[in-house]
Amino acid sequence: MIQLIKRPTPSKAWAWATPIIAVFATMIAGGILFAALGKNPFEAIRVIFWDPLFGSNAAYFRGQLLVKAGPLILIAAGLAVGFRAGIWNIGAEGQYIIGAICGASLALSVYPSESAWLFPAMVIVGALGGWLWGMIPALLKVTFGTSEILVSLMLVYVAENLLAYMAFGPLKNPEGFGFPGSRNLQQYPSAHNPELIAGTGAHWGVAAAIVAIIATYILMHRHIAGFRIRVAGEAPRAARFAGVVPARLVVFCLGLSGALAGLAGLFEVAGPSGQITDSFNAGYGFTAIIVAFLGRLHPIGILLAGLLMALTYIGGDMAQLMLQLPAAAIQVFQGMLLFFLLGFDVLTNYRIRIGKAQAA
Amino acid sequence: MTGEDKLLRIEGLTKAYPGVVANDGVGFAVAPGEIHALLGENGAGKSTLVKMIYGLVKPDSGTMEFRGSPYMPPEPRAARAAGVAMVFQHFSLFEALNVAENVALGMENPPPIRQLAREIREISETYGLPLDPARLVGDLSAGERQRVEIVRCLLQDPKLLIMDEPTSVLTPQEVEILFHTLRKLAREGTAILYISHKLEEIRSLCDHATILRGGKVVGTCLPREKTARELAEMMVGTEFKSTDRSGRTLGETVLSVAGLSLPPMTQFGPALKDIRFDLRAGEVLGVGGVAGNGQEELLATLAGERVSAPSTVKLHGTDIAGLGPNARRAKGVLAAPEERLGHAAVPNMSLTENAILTGTVRKPLTRKGFVDLAAARSFAEDVIRAFDVRTPGPHVAARALSGGNLQKYVIGREVLQEPEVLIVNQPTWGVDAAAAAAIRQAILDLAAKGAAVIVISQDLDELMEIADSFAALNEGRMSAPVPTEGLTLEQIGLMLGGAHGMQEAAL
Repeated sequence: MIQLIKRPTPSKAWAWATPIIAVFATMIAGGILFAALGKNPFEAIRVIFWDPLFGSNAAYFRGQLLVKAGPLILIAAGLAVGFRAGIWNIGAEGQYIIGAICGASLALSVYPSESAWLFPAMVIVGALGGWLWGMIPALLKVTFGTSEILVSLMLVYVAENLLAYMAFGPLKNPEGFGFPGSRNLQQYPSAHNPELIAGTGAHWGVAAAIVAIIATYILMHRHIAGFRIRVAGEAPRAARFAGVVPARLVVFCLGLSGALAGLAGLFEVAGPSGQITDSFNAGYGFTAIIVAFLGRLHPIGILLAGLLMALTYIGGDMAQLMLQLPAAAIQVFQGMLLFFLLGFDVLTNYRIRIGKAQAA
Repeated sequence: MTGEDKLLRIEGLTKAYPGVVANDGVGFAVAPGEIHALLGENGAGKSTLVKMIYGLVKPDSGTMEFRGSPYMPPEPRAARAAGVAMVFQHFSLFEALNVAENVALGMENPPPIRQLAREIREISETYGLPLDPARLVGDLSAGERQRVEIVRCLLQDPKLLIMDEPTSVLTPQEVEILFHTLRKLAREGTAILYISHKLEEIRSLCDHATILRGGKVVGTCLPREKTARELAEMMVGTEFKSTDRSGRTLGETVLSVAGLSLPPMTQFGPALKDIRFDLRAGEVLGVGGVAGNGQEELLATLAGERVSAPSTVKLHGTDIAGLGPNARRAKGVLAAPEERLGHAAVPNMSLTENAILTGTVRKPLTRKGFVDLAAARSFAEDVIRAFDVRTPGPHVAARALSGGNLQKYVIGREVLQEPEVLIVNQPTWGVDAAAAAAIRQAILDLAAKGAAVIVISQDLDELMEIADSFAALNEGRMSAPVPTEGLTLEQIGLMLGGAHGMQEAAL
């Protein structure tokens, strides 16, 4: 019989080892899956994990890595703060969309006048948009006790419809020959979020992600406010005893994660994507939830997890292209990663004892 | 005595857990109709022993004999079938269901609910345990809830009834009712295994006592022939140190509470109703009463977790009723809640982090909002040293500490912050005698230095030992404090509102 025995103190070593074990377990289980689909499992794993970094076209893919990892890390850094406090913002995708719409609207409303102030203003407006979208579930929770999980999730669909309306209506490019979608901000110098170092894919969003990681690390692990946030998640009553006001915490966490998601949306629309279209959102807001957990809700972990997740995306696309693996198989593979991660997480707080049964 | 006339005979029972031998070669015997006490401190191995008898834990070695044949129940169901029943210290009842439904849930083949209700009424009348089968458990007092558990056991017609610390939640009058019932059961031939560390009770109720210390039987005796002090010394193994309450003078009024009323915190919780008292410097006010009568609410309100109407709580004449916990800490009002894990301390956080939990206001543990980990660690170490907390160091998670050690840490953390007013709830609940004595002494020392202390406790002996004045808290109402000197248990019982259900019993 296998028994789980609670450790007296959580194991630091296992907390760092479990993500690595989970990645390996995912490779093995994924390999079996790919083999069952009639593909060479070793080749598939190599295409997903190795080729984007060190393969023949790696130069291109390495740039893509930061482009994809940037928004994931930026959003996940904010989400993790709330998750640590037990406040579950599931609607980062919606806040991401609203941030993009707000920032793009500002730029398009002053088009084509050029100004050095435009891009910073867009950044502020984008963050504000995400913050406001996060305030809706926050205020509903504080005043009426609604579930922020449901409300924030539902607001994603509202945001998606708003996005489609904007792409086909007010923000539609008047010179776009009737095609849906806004003007391309990449061709609007003042509004463009350019690559900072050519060939790396690093735009302002990537810089913001790094700042967010450092800032949330300081907040959560050095500052008393972060300490109280962690207490609130671990033991709500103890948090109240320590002087935490739950309502204020809800507003802060949903506001912060909303603002960072909004920023991610703004950097995306002004940079890699360039325009508001009805298919502008690519699921970063949802994937960031996985990234947050994959990174143990720890800023450094999130940084690594975001890069890993981006890698599986790029590698997954490549595997679809080169090995004709179905898209669903790649999604199952990514799902496995989260599954193993949460599964092995048990080892941080428990140890396994394999032996004969205790009770007859 | 020969083997045949014993109901239960245990020999060489041993059970080891990683790092600790809970029971080491334990042996004793219980005759039919005997009330047998198992006496020992927390951690002496009493609970493990009865869990083995009840089939919850399987012994590593040793034999048990029940009614003359070998007995080794693999699970509680088998124990119940053999005629062993147990009333646990913590009740397993559903508050939203009524008494009869709760009883039915614990039975293998419950009869129709109406018939069951009749049986419950019969049993409760026969044994003097007033209980209405149709009432919601959520509305019952702790004593009445315990009756539900007892009646549930009695419906199975047990030969051996195990009771784990049954009086810890009862008022003195309810204790009398319970003892009356137990004596009647014993006269009818039911053996009772009675676990407690309350010595006077055991002296008045039990025929025999087996004393456990460190997992071993260290003695047996006839409790009626021993004094409480002799029993205590057998139990603890050393001479008892009594607390020193000298050297205190009462100063001026520090805290005054008046007209304090608040709605319940939870569905079945009590409301606080018009609480008023004055507390002087150097005074220890004991607040007695069965838990669940507003104790938690009172602490939360005085500590600032809940705010109350203006002017209901005043410190040196200044209104503090609207201040939160940290603002009150800044003014010197500190508290140690009852629930150690999850309220007074965060289970998964280290002792250093738990020092930060309440220590940042009065101790320099932060610099401009940034946590000074070195300062926090050194404060945690101070608490560990000053209060003799047994732990490898401040990096250990709070949940890894035993109840007594964590309690010493929690109390010590507040005491070392030099409070002007300290409110503690159940400071020695589940704590071994030595640690309890240390905590009581710390409270007295704090008062001797001029602090005003409120001790909320169910343990009336404890309150008599350390409190200058006593007030009873019952269903959210607090009686006016009276000096403890010359107060008898009888009077206290009446202050606590007597036994619940006495009126029904009289009908």
